[in-house]
Amino acid sequence: MTATEWAGPVTAILAMAAATYAVRFAGYWIMSRVPLTPFLRAALEALPGAIIVATVVPLAMRGGLSAWIGIAAATLAMVAVRKDIAALAAGMGAVMAARALGLP
Amino acid sequence: MHAPHPDAARPVPCTVAGMVEGARLSVPMLPGVLVFAAAVGAASAEKGLTLGQAVLMSFTVYAGASQLLALQLWPEVFSLAAIAALAAVTTAVNLRFLLMGAALQPWLSRGPTGPVHLGLAGLTDANFVIGSRYHAQGGQDAGVFVGAGLFMWIIWTLATIPGHALGHLLTDPRRFAIDMVMPLTFTAMSIGLFRLRRDRLAWPVAAGAAVITAHLVAGYWFIIAGAVAGSLAAGAFRDRD
Repeated sequence: MTATEWAGPVTAILAMAAATYAVRFAGYWIMSRVPLTPFLRAALEALPGAIIVATVVPLAMRGGLSAWIGIAAATLAMVAVRKDIAALAAGMGAVMAARALGLP
Repeated sequence: MHAPHPDAARPVPCTVAGMVEGARLSVPMLPGVLVFAAAVGAASAEKGLTLGQAVLMSFTVYAGASQLLALQLWPEVFSLAAIAALAAVTTAVNLRFLLMGAALQPWLSRGPTGPVHLGLAGLTDANFVIGSRYHAQGGQDAGVFVGAGLFMWIIWTLATIPGHALGHLLTDPRRFAIDMVMPLTFTAMSIGLFRLRRDRLAWPVAAGAAVITAHLVAGYWFIIAGAVAGSLAAGAFRDRD
């Protein structure tokens, strides 16, 4: 592999890495310069759950019926045994089974 | 007037025991992380990246969804414009890390700077939810967040190697439900985060805003729109007692 063949992909990878570190630190950096009002504190405390909900629901709608079956299985397993790994196994198993049966 | 939050001034430790605990809390995520990393390795091989480049990407970027999407758009000719486009796509997919860093700041900023910055460098979905849940349940040790991130960083990088070698076995990620690893992991972890009084409004608002945005705008903006809407709703309608 010549130097030019090598340089393009590596430059692209490093640019992707720089972009990712920038967003990893930006939110933390901004919050350390903004006074933590009661409004902001309540908003930040709710943020983790809001991120999760805002990620899962549209991805499940995109994923179709098999995705909802998987999420239902993962939720039931989590409520029943309170173990992340059991929930993930139940969810992935349910999705694979649903897709193997030809569900969307 | 609101009384100052009781935690506001207390310093946060970052212990080795906490880092080990973070690694332990990550173990349930390992199957998902391994399969996801292998899928990224397989996609790298399919797009003509060498093994070294695939490992370099997993080690330096360490953000699976953005790696998969960038690889789907992987160009044949690396013009400056093509590289800028890859960086822009990566930023868009990973913009949720900005919100995650903001959410962790009130906790982590009271910890030691060096370890906290190392942990932030390894911030991903998995150690964010592990750290958030641990802190929401009263935990203070920043080592849990840092250790979970570093542990999965190593696993993620190493798991790219077999994926790159065995790429042809993983060409249909849908069949093995790899596309559902992140949503399913998130679903499981959300069960431990839910607080009825705080979230009964925030979560439906987050879901509604995200679904509407997903219908209107391409890409991953729905995460940002939904999360910000839900979070603002919680701030605006917080308990004033």
